[in-house]
Amino acid sequence: MEKKYSATEEQLTYAGILDKGMKLGLLIIISTFAVYAFGILSPHIPLTSVSNYWGLSVHKYLEVAGIHAGWSWLFMLHKGDFLNFVGIAFLSGVTMVCFIGIIPILFRKGDKVYAVIGILEVLVLALAASGILKAGGH
Amino acid sequence: MKAWLRLSGVLLLLLVVFSGAAFAGHEEAAVQMASQGSSMPWWAWPLILFIVTFLLGIVAVLGGVGGGVLFVPIIGGFFPFHLDFVRGAGLLVALSGALAAGPGLLKRGMADLRLALPVALIASSCAIVGAMIGLALPTDVINTALGLTILGIVGIMLMAKKSEFPEVKKADSLSTALRINGIYYEASTGEAVNWKVHRTPTGLFLFIIIGVMAGMFGLGAGWANVPVLNILMGAPLKVSVATSKFLLSITDTSAAWIYINNGAVLPMMVVPSIVGIMLGSIVGVKILAKTKPAAIRYIVIILLLFSGMRALLKGLGIWT
Repeated sequence: MEKKYSATEEQLTYAGILDKGMKLGLLIIISTFAVYAFGILSPHIPLTSVSNYWGLSVHKYLEVAGIHAGWSWLFMLHKGDFLNFVGIAFLSGVTMVCFIGIIPILFRKGDKVYAVIGILEVLVLALAASGILKAGGH
Repeated sequence: MKAWLRLSGVLLLLLVVFSGAAFAGHEEAAVQMASQGSSMPWWAWPLILFIVTFLLGIVAVLGGVGGGVLFVPIIGGFFPFHLDFVRGAGLLVALSGALAAGPGLLKRGMADLRLALPVALIASSCAIVGAMIGLALPTDVINTALGLTILGIVGIMLMAKKSEFPEVKKADSLSTALRINGIYYEASTGEAVNWKVHRTPTGLFLFIIIGVMAGMFGLGAGWANVPVLNILMGAPLKVSVATSKFLLSITDTSAAWIYINNGAVLPMMVVPSIVGIMLGSIVGVKILAKTKPAAIRYIVIILLLFSGMRALLKGLGIWT
């Protein structure tokens, strides 16, 4: 009975990508945090000093810690704290991959409106992820 | 998956405790490093954060709310972290919960892609704007607005009605053109439920506001998504709840990127929070299967009232 009302092909494809991506992302997050917390890779900000920074506003934190915003963490992956951004970025990127996965299916089914919505969504997420958009200081 | 998550949580807990202990052995003096004026070792706050988010995860499930809506006001109000980092972590907490729930909800056909996609496009675009506004405004202004929003959510929780199967006499032209309708299998009655929606343009407009607020405060937005999808647009309650949860995975993704790219994400806060709330949610679901204490909803409301007042008074400089 339930099978008769199962989800559409694109919905199942989306769910499949999301499932794998989420599990892998979580695994990366926990592994990289282990590297950080056990001091396997020395962090940019020493573990004992993190508490001196988390009470600051983000703008002050970046200034005091000498950190550049955006994708600069990619060049600091040898630091234990910045290694964590691999998992965080991965989890934040899974949705985009899900959309990319369903767009061809939507086109094949002739569902052009939803295919365009999918493309627009990818563009919105890519814009957010690009680092082009900077928030002003306070 | 649940066993996998449980294992991850236990590993993380052990990790925080033992890495702290190991560290203590080598650098005793450093472990006594003050944490915002306290004499706690560096690992104490992440450990406390893990325990509190674990409890929040249980309470959130039993109270029928998302983790993000409890996380931001409570952690922001009572922990030494700046609100910028709390909102960044709050978004990632809400995002992780939605990513974990998404596959199951989509596979069972409870969350509906056709309903979610147009809404998500609007909400995720506006969440970017909200995140940028949130990071640009002074903290006291954000705290004041957050406090008012939380108190507003309490109002919605107390007053908003829910309808299992809202009556939709005629689908509007936009939802007809987009073919936003569906059938889902209702296990409790053994029947297939046909559903369609109306008032789609108004619903889409409201998601502009919901998206901005989600990005600005890092709250997640289930508290607003469900009433709009269910009461206003007329989607069945189960479809509304499931689609709302799935929607968060898209809305919060765009806002989370803004926080990540602007530096407002601290791994030391984010990872214990994500794992804590996910494990708490799993335990909460198990408790929910056996019993649902009626009082828990009121506990959630009291928690939100208290933390909302705290944020408001903090923002106004009355209780700093």
